[in-house]
Amino acid sequence: MNTKVSYYPGCSLRGTGREYGESAEAVFKSLGTELVELPDWSCCGASSAHSENKGLAVEIAARNLILAKESGLKDMVIPCSACFQRTKVAEYELKENPQAYPDISYNSEVNIPDIVSFVHNKIGIEAIKKNVIKKLTGLKVVSYYGCLISRHPKITGAGNFENPTEMDTILEALGTEVIDWGYKTDCCGGSLAISQAEIMQKLVGNLYDKALEAGAECIAVCCPLCHANLDMYQKEISKRFKKNYNTPIFYFTELIGLAIGEKDIIKWLKRHLTDPIKLLKEKNLL
Amino acid sequence: MKADTYKLKDFSSFTKDIINVSGEKINNCYQCRKCTAGCPITFAMDILPHQIIKYIQLGFEEKVLTSKTIWLCAACETCGTRCPNEIDLAAMMDALRQRALATQYRNRIGEKGTSVFHQEFLSSVKSNGRVYEAMMMAKSRMRSGHFLTYLLRGDWIADIKLFIPMLLKGKMGMLPHRIRNRKEIKKLFKKFAIGRKV
Repeated sequence: MNTKVSYYPGCSLRGTGREYGESAEAVFKSLGTELVELPDWSCCGASSAHSENKGLAVEIAARNLILAKESGLKDMVIPCSACFQRTKVAEYELKENPQAYPDISYNSEVNIPDIVSFVHNKIGIEAIKKNVIKKLTGLKVVSYYGCLISRHPKITGAGNFENPTEMDTILEALGTEVIDWGYKTDCCGGSLAISQAEIMQKLVGNLYDKALEAGAECIAVCCPLCHANLDMYQKEISKRFKKNYNTPIFYFTELIGLAIGEKDIIKWLKRHLTDPIKLLKEKNLL
Repeated sequence: MKADTYKLKDFSSFTKDIINVSGEKINNCYQCRKCTAGCPITFAMDILPHQIIKYIQLGFEEKVLTSKTIWLCAACETCGTRCPNEIDLAAMMDALRQRALATQYRNRIGEKGTSVFHQEFLSSVKSNGRVYEAMMMAKSRMRSGHFLTYLLRGDWIADIKLFIPMLLKGKMGMLPHRIRNRKEIKKLFKKFAIGRKV
């Protein structure tokens, strides 16, 4: 059965997070969901619009909500956690304070679950298990959800926002050894990476330490900003804290793709700045 | 003896504006400090989150609007999620930044780099409809401090060392992705009068 859902990639998935978009699109297709890209979508406003002007933040994200409504599809998937949260904030504001936005006619017509929940609930663990052709046995991984996929729960509707478990369940279905840890929803610093690199480095360095202490060999993420901060600056962070971090950071969609035998997997992994291929070869998974 | 009661009208225009724009019941705070306990950025802040709330209640406008804290808050929402009085501090920080930019305090921004980043980000969105990461990152890195320091300290070398592999790995485009309906985006920016210079 082929389900069609609207798809908002966001700017990062066309740039720094390109392999997230590529892997999500491929994996969804193989698991029976067609992602239909919103025509002429625009930026969600990200962290910047809400820092400058609330009206702009809501209305710029609302433009994409209107496009999704016009598409006529029931659900929309937004892989980037930051885009997801900003779009949900717009949805929430338009619902709670419609009088403040008289120019916008949107009434929560589109259902927007976060991507991890969508994979977990709509695609389903059984469907994933059925498609696994190579179990990722022996790969020790922690799932890192970051902030914006679950917070604020009044916006995202997340149930288990302090200790989410859906990505863990998905990764377990692939055969990985998922390790529990207490830093699933800690902040990576987000866009402070550009203006306040030292703050980001401290937060991310702490995440590496805690993941390694827990016994993980790699970290799975579901947000292109988390991936950028954890993957791109590892050398710099190692230098600053006199450590030798070399921890692959996977998008959870890449790990699904690896397990279900997506042919483009190498192409995605080669885009990482911290090499994930060596670890997978050591584990006989590639 | 009749106890004194405070009504919103008794507060300073600053306090009232922040309460109204954020939509948050800032006066409900009883200083439990749970926000500060969970905040991942306190080590870099000049005023702690629970202190910001107290200063807002007391009307210390200048102190709050010129602080680093309001720009360093990463909007991770840990505080707002845990606040027993359901105050969404991230929404409150937004209201503070917006007021800082709209008043005389815009020339005394406590953390210029982050403010410049947001400005460059939005200017990229305004012209393309989407953000052009390469240009936005380069411009905000160059403008975040003194350009001469940027050159002399060698920050540009680190940036180039990062940009080259990103370019080679296809993470950075040579050209921006532009949407067709850029007019609509420009109209939105005009409507909310965004396009300031810091």
